[in-house]
Amino acid sequence: MDLAMLAGIQILYAIASLFLISVGLAIIFGMMGVINFAHGEFLMLGGFAFILSVRAGVNFWVAMFVVAPLAVAFIGVVIERLIIRHLYGRIVETILATWGLSLLLIGLASSLFGYYQMGVSPPLGSVQIGAYQEGGYTFFVIGVAVAVAVGLYFLLRHTPFGLIARGTMQSADMASALGVNVKRVYSVTFGIGAALSGLAGAIFAPLTGVLPISGLTYIAKAFITVILGGALPLTGAALSSALLGTVSQATTLVSTSVLGEVMLLVTAIVLLRVLPSGITGRFFKRGI
Amino acid sequence: MILQTHDLWRTFGGVAAVSGINFNLKKGELRCLIGANGAGKSTFFKMLTGQIKPTSGRITLFGKDVTNLPSHAIARMGVGVKTQVPNLFNGLSVRENLFMSAQRVMGRKPALEAVDAMLEKIHMTAHAQTLAGKLAHGHRQWVELGMILISGPQLVLLDEPAAGMTAGEVERTIALLNELRGQRTFIIVEHDMHFIRRIAEKVTVFHRGRVLVEDTMEAVVRNTEVRDAYLGQHGKEAR
Amino acid sequence: MCEVKSPGFWWAAIVALALVFGIPLFAETYTLYTLTVFAIMAVLALSLGLVWGVGGILALGQSAFFGIGAYVYALIAVNMGDSTWALAASVLMPVCVAALLGYFTFFGRISDVYFAVISLTIPLILLSLINSASGPAYQFGKAHLGGYNGIPGVPPLNNPFDLSDVLGFDGMYYASALVLVAVYLVLRILVRSRFGRVVAAVRENELRAELLGYDVRYYKLGVFCIGAAIAGLAGALYAAWGASVGPTAFSLSFSAQIVIWVLLGGMGTLLGPILGCFVVQALSTWLGSASGVSPEIALGLLFIAAVLLVPSGIVPSIQQHLRRRRPAGLVSKETP
Repeated sequence: MDLAMLAGIQILYAIASLFLISVGLAIIFGMMGVINFAHGEFLMLGGFAFILSVRAGVNFWVAMFVVAPLAVAFIGVVIERLIIRHLYGRIVETILATWGLSLLLIGLASSLFGYYQMGVSPPLGSVQIGAYQEGGYTFFVIGVAVAVAVGLYFLLRHTPFGLIARGTMQSADMASALGVNVKRVYSVTFGIGAALSGLAGAIFAPLTGVLPISGLTYIAKAFITVILGGALPLTGAALSSALLGTVSQATTLVSTSVLGEVMLLVTAIVLLRVLPSGITGRFFKRGI
Repeated sequence: MILQTHDLWRTFGGVAAVSGINFNLKKGELRCLIGANGAGKSTFFKMLTGQIKPTSGRITLFGKDVTNLPSHAIARMGVGVKTQVPNLFNGLSVRENLFMSAQRVMGRKPALEAVDAMLEKIHMTAHAQTLAGKLAHGHRQWVELGMILISGPQLVLLDEPAAGMTAGEVERTIALLNELRGQRTFIIVEHDMHFIRRIAEKVTVFHRGRVLVEDTMEAVVRNTEVRDAYLGQHGKEAR
Repeated sequence: MCEVKSPGFWWAAIVALALVFGIPLFAETYTLYTLTVFAIMAVLALSLGLVWGVGGILALGQSAFFGIGAYVYALIAVNMGDSTWALAASVLMPVCVAALLGYFTFFGRISDVYFAVISLTIPLILLSLINSASGPAYQFGKAHLGGYNGIPGVPPLNNPFDLSDVLGFDGMYYASALVLVAVYLVLRILVRSRFGRVVAAVRENELRAELLGYDVRYYKLGVFCIGAAIAGLAGALYAAWGASVGPTAFSLSFSAQIVIWVLLGGMGTLLGPILGCFVVQALSTWLGSASGVSPEIALGLLFIAAVLLVPSGIVPSIQQHLRRRRPAGLVSKETP
């Protein structure tokens, strides 16, 4: 019974993690059609921003929820202005340019921070579940994921900006004709996506430490999750994370974590065979 | 009957784009499909070409059930398709475009000869080496027409063949279609009423996913239902 | 006109063979050693040049097939001592993987972009798989997978079934260079064949190819598998040349390099990827020894610059200059 609860919590955690590392990418892809291959590096930079500010004396939670997202949002907006903006509509070029960006950022981070892993220990102690112990941080991550999902839903559904952003996503030309500054919307959207990625990077930093190449461990999973999710940023990412997180964690529980990752990819590929436009390409199309 | 649809339906979400259409086409006919935008012509057309799968119903072609066949299988049965926006191989020359179509059905030598002959027919010999992507719109339509006809299809489906063409080009197209009339079977989706009047035998009028009327052009024009639904807005042109 | 009868083909063959046999007369062993790996990488570049440049398939994770070929060669050669079956398997295994992946993606009619991303994640997944495959449990006969250390002591190529006749440095040079020439010539023939033309047409306009009656799924699968086979062959040669294999074959930066060779060299041509590969390899070797610039930074900047500034690549730009026409590998005056 305890074991079942523990397993359940770990599955929720897996779903939450997948969601957090993918949602930033999903926003950028779903709202702007941009495939950002430097996504992993946004996570990495968020992690570094968090750790460096904690080391500089900033409060743990402020560093995580304010400094890291803002730092990465800033970097994101700069990148959008310098590179992404020139390549809208050219998907292949965007993939390649952001790939180059990824390499560049890894190189820069390696030069700046060296190759040593930086870390901070996770707070929040541990929680008793029957005969087992689970880190309190686990529940924290699950909580943040839910908060982000709810917050995003609220932002997109019930704020003026959300409406403008969704309108622009559906038809940039129409939005432009209605007087929306599409370029600004894209900048802000990219910034939001980057901020979310920075936040995710900060959240996982205490658990895994941060290396310049940390981004690479996330990017495969994030991309697979977003693609399986389909065009709708929030609904797609949520459903896809739920599905893949469950499969992946269940596999990990009975075998190894590496096999869990492989199952994630295999599940996605098999599902894409029948859902070539992702989950929200076929179901829940009216969502966000 | 070389083409029949039996209670053909296609829904998108909750909307029925095509509602229970029973369509019959005899060999050698030249049938025009007309109707307002959103009437279901394009959806119907795409189900015939295999680009869209029907939600329910059947399509019989040359006596065979082709309802769920992919486009290439239908094409192989001897169906030529011209899409609404010309779909050519932009990076290949006009000659190569035609050759790609010809070589599927004949050997290299006959294909080469057929290409030369078709170039003459569509008046594109001078542009044989030009890349298709660099052609003017009217020429693109012509090349596409050439690509379709060169493989000798029994059934030719044309989606807005006159779109974007100059008056002279339209004349040439009409001449070509008249030449082939009877030898092949045609389904033509069009908006251009002058064009349709020049070539149509029988016309099928689509309205809100159903067939409103199916008759000769004169009868259709005089039909009050059609006028209300569609031609009424274009009353002047129809006269 | 059949490609094999065209003068261009024979000139290319003669020049290529002249280079292969002529260079050793002037170059020292170390240069030959370096040229060997350049040639192997050029074979890999050709594989992507075929799949992406001619086929229009965004196989950004071509390194996966290279790595699989390398590992399969290593595992079988270490166990059998004889390289013959190892070489065969190193070509076949990537084809099987490609066929499987291709079935799920091309037959599912997944979009190009989704395919690109998925193909890029495959080497990443393989990377983490291999990296964790250390320890006694991960053993294949006599060979340990070795985790992130890789597999040492990989036997070199030997004359088929004749273990006494093993290729040394010179032998490896000739083997690799001749494989490069052979693959290039075979691809020339393939590109101008009926199959090649249809593949190019599918690249140009999949819908139109479909409406003309071609089953595009099979053509894409075919070209994808051929590309995988060539990449696997390059992987085997690499393992034999370096006498070891490691997970770096699956790294993101290696995947990126292959893409940059084709991108810079020129898509749609066969010489382009070869040239791009040689130029970039030479540059990195020179840069690596000359300055302290991190290879990632250099590669990243190169990527971004290439995309923003030279969208069509070096060879096509030159060809355009000379002929004022966009080369597609099969557009020529004597077509068809």
